[in-house]
Amino acid sequence: MIYIYSFLFAGFISMIGQLILDNTKLTPGHITSLFVIIGSALDIFNIYDKIVTYVGGGALVPITSFGHLLIHGGMVGASQSGFIGLAMGMFDLTASGITSAIFFSFIFSLFFRPKD
Amino acid sequence: MYIFSKIENNKNGDIMEKKLYQKLVMEHRPDEKRGQNAVIAFLIGGTVGVIGELLIEFYSYYLELSRADASIFMIITLIFLASLCTALGFFDKWVKFAKCGLIIPITGFAHSMTSAAIEYKKEGFVTGLGANMFKLAGTVILYGVVSAYIFGFIRLIVMGGA
Repeated sequence: MIYIYSFLFAGFISMIGQLILDNTKLTPGHITSLFVIIGSALDIFNIYDKIVTYVGGGALVPITSFGHLLIHGGMVGASQSGFIGLAMGMFDLTASGITSAIFFSFIFSLFFRPKD
Repeated sequence: MYIFSKIENNKNGDIMEKKLYQKLVMEHRPDEKRGQNAVIAFLIGGTVGVIGELLIEFYSYYLELSRADASIFMIITLIFLASLCTALGFFDKWVKFAKCGLIIPITGFAHSMTSAAIEYKKEGFVTGLGANMFKLAGTVILYGVVSAYIFGFIRLIVMGGA
């Protein structure tokens, strides 16, 4: 059942992005930025947390989960050391994703040439 | 049309007004294509979501990880696959076909970084690769951090942490 929810949620988010892309002048860069902001905004009142427990991996794959993980890491830091912890813990959960993206991009760019 | 609007001396009269051109474009744009794009994005995006859930189940079962750790492994795996496919050259065709179905999932983030890194490598490692790698991914990180900081502040004040 969780697979069906994953399929529907991830597909729904992608479809909204595609509809915005087709019907407005916004570029993919605008849309991904917008979705990250939406993801962190949904987490003010724990809404995205509930979606993640209900939907599972389907909610962690779209870029909205990036905003969710940023605010979540900030909250873990804040519970330990107050307001300054918000900045300390901000990248805790997304660090693995950003680090691996940078590392793999650099390594692959050493070995491969651009193809046209 | 952006190029046309910059030209000032229109002697032959073959340069249209911007609004007129837009109207013509809108009339001749096929409508069914948009619906088709949305359906393709829905199917591909949903498939990537199911792959993510399958990977979480796989890692938590075979490597005996907690669900939180398994989801981090899943994100790293997807980033690795997207970077590799971009470097091998066939991810661009998939993105052209699926559009937001692959841009909105975390694969789009890795794709933008790897393609920028490979594209600008010829301009040098510092001024080319280093300066241009975050051109697209940088906006995601910037607006993510700014919004998470503001909303985190609100959440701390309203809900008192937790």
